Amino acid sequence: MGTVAAFWIISVVAVASALGVVLLRDLFRAALLLVLCFLAVAGIYVTLNADFLAGVQILIYAGAVSVLIIFAIMMTREIQRGNPFSRFRFSALLIAGLMLAAFIIVALGTHWPSLTAAPGVAQVPQGDPTTGAVAAGLFSKKYGFVLPFEVAAVLLLAAIIGAITLIREK
Amino acid sequence: MSIGITHYLILSGILFSIGLYGALAKRNAVGILMCIEIMLNAVNITLVAFSRYLAPEVVILTGHIFAIFVMVVAAAEAAVGLAIILALYRSREVIDVEKTDLMKW
Repeated sequence: MGTVAAFWIISVVAVASALGVVLLRDLFRAALLLVLCFLAVAGIYVTLNADFLAGVQILIYAGAVSVLIIFAIMMTREIQRGNPFSRFRFSALLIAGLMLAAFIIVALGTHWPSLTAAPGVAQVPQGDPTTGAVAAGLFSKKYGFVLPFEVAAVLLLAAIIGAITLIREK
Repeated sequence: MSIGITHYLILSGILFSIGLYGALAKRNAVGILMCIEIMLNAVNITLVAFSRYLAPEVVILTGHIFAIFVMVVAAAEAAVGLAIILALYRSREVIDVEKTDLMKW
């Protein structure tokens, strides 16, 4: 019962703050609402039995990414001109509405079957903490995520070097 | 009334559509980047919801691991994107995407 109430409250907060990010003219307030939206998504993860991901969401998104975005807002003086809509406003609304209709039709119209998890897949019983199992799923050889992990490390290194190169004074 | 996978899928669809609308309709490049982050979060909700609801009694962690990779790519994208925006602002004093059309054919 608590999960149901939590889901509804958190999803209303998430959708309202996402709408605020899009509709507000003040870019700085939009960034603060983006932080609220990230925190609400972390709450959604908690209702989905994903405790580790909720922590990571708060650390990376609500912590790091939003600080980065607020830095960028502060360093570009466009903040005085706000966050206006472009001339594609109504066609964008049409496209987004069509996408939303497609999502809702598919989500309601599909019968989602209950599967039994294959033995070769990382899993924990519902209600258990997931941190250790996520670590085992990422790093143990039998699940095959070690190479993607290394590639992700290389991607982060490339992103850091690229950002420094772009920003550096000539 | 219990919460099923459909609720999470519709929530994620709503968030994704809001982000898509903002990413297409905004003029400030930082605003567009913020909307893209909302879209990536919506996709992560879908992945985690599938890993929770696809099998009864267990949580399949493949969706969680995919969500972690999405977060890595999102962090890299935010860093490089904001660096590009700052470089653009430094050279042209504008981050309005309708005015930065130098490479438009």
